[in-house]
Amino acid sequence: MTLAAATSFEINASPPAKLLVEAVSKWFRTPRASVQALDNINLTVAEGEFICLVGPSGCGKSTLLDIIAGLTMPDQGRVLADDQVVAGPGRHRLVMFQDSALFPWLTVFGNVMFGLKRVPDLTRNQRREIATYHLKLVGLEKFGKAYVHELSGGMRQRVALARSLAPDPRVLLMDEPLAALDALTREQLYLDIQDIWARRRKTIILVTHNVREAACLSDRVFVMSPSPGRLRDEFRLDLPRPRDVNSPEVAIIASKIMAALKGHLSVAPEAVE
Amino acid sequence: MKRTLVIILFFGVLVGWWQLATMTGRWSPVLLPPPLAVVEYLWGALRDGTLLEATQVTLYRLLIGYFMGIAIGLPLGLLTSTSDYSEDTIGALALGLQTLPSVCWVPLALLWFGQTESAMLFVVVMGTVWSVVLATDAGARSIPPIYARAARTMGSEGFDKWTRVILPASLPYVVSGMKQGWAFAWRSLMAAEIFVTILTGFGLGHLLQYGRELSAMDQVIGVMVVIVVIGLIADKILFSPWERFLHRRWGTGLK
Repeated sequence: MTLAAATSFEINASPPAKLLVEAVSKWFRTPRASVQALDNINLTVAEGEFICLVGPSGCGKSTLLDIIAGLTMPDQGRVLADDQVVAGPGRHRLVMFQDSALFPWLTVFGNVMFGLKRVPDLTRNQRREIATYHLKLVGLEKFGKAYVHELSGGMRQRVALARSLAPDPRVLLMDEPLAALDALTREQLYLDIQDIWARRRKTIILVTHNVREAACLSDRVFVMSPSPGRLRDEFRLDLPRPRDVNSPEVAIIASKIMAALKGHLSVAPEAVE
Repeated sequence: MKRTLVIILFFGVLVGWWQLATMTGRWSPVLLPPPLAVVEYLWGALRDGTLLEATQVTLYRLLIGYFMGIAIGLPLGLLTSTSDYSEDTIGALALGLQTLPSVCWVPLALLWFGQTESAMLFVVVMGTVWSVVLATDAGARSIPPIYARAARTMGSEGFDKWTRVILPASLPYVVSGMKQGWAFAWRSLMAAEIFVTILTGFGLGHLLQYGRELSAMDQVIGVMVVIVVIGLIADKILFSPWERFLHRRWGTGLK
């Protein structure tokens, strides 16, 4: 990917945020039962850190991401972003979903512009310039006029990435954004994400069930166990970047993470209320 | 080219059968006039102006009634889709009244408004509104919730979310609601015109009814053909552009 010359103004203005998850618990209540989704989650994420949450389905990792985003409120505990309590969603913490969630009534360019229109103090031209810059960043500058249904799955997630980065959030929350893609596209996006993260330092939390993906991308990996969702193990990764997902170093760490995951699964799940 | 040929062939054969059926003499020409008699009637009615005038009167009523129905039905439908309370109240009312054939409004309309244009409009609006409410409601409920979630994380809430996400996302359903409304408005107006005789305007339904009273079957069939053709043309003019637009953006449709 080639990048445009630096634009006339500062595009990357917001510093990455520090995140603090304090004693967060969450129950899901149905008329017949109450299921605990998260149990006493404590997590500190430094500015600009890349964190992965891995775990089997149902371990509450997406719920935790929703809580950090402010889309769901915890029943106990709280989330602090730069010492401010998270009380609702906001453009400083953008979410990338597994299904790209792009808007079909807008062009690719219109989608990237969507969040930018909520950013104050920008002129129309600056917004267009920022959107163009981010489409170039993900290598789709030629597809600005295309509609969403005309793009492949990988291109859609690239647009979703551009859309999430354009409003300059301080935290990027990714909910299995690559899970639906084929292996080749995914490997390309591992490289792209590392490249983009190196340029546009953001605090990133990535939710995935793919241990190689976690080992390839993150600074720290947290392993979660289900029923109720708990943080179990923490892996700190010091491998140099960019990392190749197929390299033996990544594979070794991935196998360690996988062993930890399996270890929690073999323990009999605690009874659910 | 090939498709046009098939269309011509299909309708040619249809009219041919009709002509053959009249030529056997098994049915009285009073009950089943030959196609040529219908064409003759249409040509005559076109030249003396009755057909154009009736069409004009009918379309005027239809468009006013239709747009009133849409103007009431679309917001109501979007409203019922957003809360369970409005669904249980307005939604239930719409469901009930939609099952009521629009001709059932005629006696009420006549007593309330007398033999006036208002009675006519009332029947059309009542016939249109409820089906529009239901179609729009059903559609807006099937908007993927992920759009609203994505919008909220980008800082779009309240009015901004409504105008930039919910309304455009419900466009396909709004169009299908409008289409549904068109079909119902057309039906209601014909029912109203056949049952309500008024002096202020002589519409296609009246023309049809008088054809029956005069036992002029060529007139009855001729007017029916006109009604069908108007329905088809309106569909092309009113809805095809919208559907093409949706097809281009959403990538939906079978072709």
